[in-house]
Amino acid sequence: MNEVLMISGMAIATFAIRYVMFGASDRITLAPTILKALRYVPPVVLTAIVAPEVLLSSGTVQVSYLNARLIGAIAAILVAWKTKNLLLTIVLGMVTFFIWKSVTATLT
Amino acid sequence: MVDSRLTSSEESGRTPLKFPRAEFWAGVRDIFPLVVGAAPFGVIFGTLATSNGLSVGATLAMSAFVFAGSAQFIAVGLVAAGTGWLLVVLTTFVVNLRHLLYSVSLLPHIKPLSHFWKVMLAFWLTDESFAVAIRRYEASDRSPHKHWYYLGAALFMYINWQLWTLLGVTIGQTIPNAADWGLDFAMSVTFIGMVVPYVKTKPMGIAVLVAGLTAILAYPLPHKLGLLFAAIAGILAGMLSERTQQASTTH
Repeated sequence: MNEVLMISGMAIATFAIRYVMFGASDRITLAPTILKALRYVPPVVLTAIVAPEVLLSSGTVQVSYLNARLIGAIAAILVAWKTKNLLLTIVLGMVTFFIWKSVTATLT
Repeated sequence: MVDSRLTSSEESGRTPLKFPRAEFWAGVRDIFPLVVGAAPFGVIFGTLATSNGLSVGATLAMSAFVFAGSAQFIAVGLVAAGTGWLLVVLTTFVVNLRHLLYSVSLLPHIKPLSHFWKVMLAFWLTDESFAVAIRRYEASDRSPHKHWYYLGAALFMYINWQLWTLLGVTIGQTIPNAADWGLDFAMSVTFIGMVVPYVKTKPMGIAVLVAGLTAILAYPLPHKLGLLFAAIAGILAGMLSERTQQASTTH
């Protein structure tokens, strides 16, 4: 394994993807339909990252009160929905998760 | 914290973040929960990489020059399996494809910046810095310095990743199982707190549901492709729902 080649290649591949759009941004004008579609990107991507984190454990869906991540996520959704306060959502979501985790750990 | 500040400035029409420095530090502050969430992964990466055949120098260099968590983990797995460097590079390319979606979304905001800024912000583009930066760009106040906010957030994320990689490489073996800390859950709750306010219309609700469901179903796909498919499925579902909604109101 040639580490220098591998890491240089990885660095170039990663930067190329991150940069190509920014670099060409002067020449790109996005069509209204594309701009409309892009409004969905942040919520859709973040949901796609979170859903497996919360619901999957070693590849299987865990819908159970024993899944502390699911309980913490439900708490976070409720807090976010009711308060629209990001910091409060993070804190109460984490607290719920940690409490639930330690409680279920003593049960099992 | 950020919420109250942004809403108060929106309501009163003031622009409290007039200065680049204020934007920079606001970015640093707002990415903090995601920095905490990334910490255990940095330790695990440092520990895993060195115990799977990567040299200490290569491990640190990967975090410093590639700076892409998922791709780094997948690369370590491939190295451990004896994969050649070219295949590792190609896999990295595929794993990082989702950044195209992020950079297109940021494009309208990034356009007026100098080339130097574009290079910097591109190098430091991650899931986390995108999530935080796009939120700032979409806030209704017209600060001309929002790229400083992005830089502050991205730079904190970068320094944090280097530090925890270094800790993993050096004393990782003595640190009790970082995967069990539960700190990674900070990312989940932060992203939930960011997503929920978007869900104000039926098309957005449908888009988010479809994305979440597809992400679960497509999770077994290799190279994080499930995430990309889920995002595209969500966008299409939202657009389709928007169209049917318009069609029903015009008839």
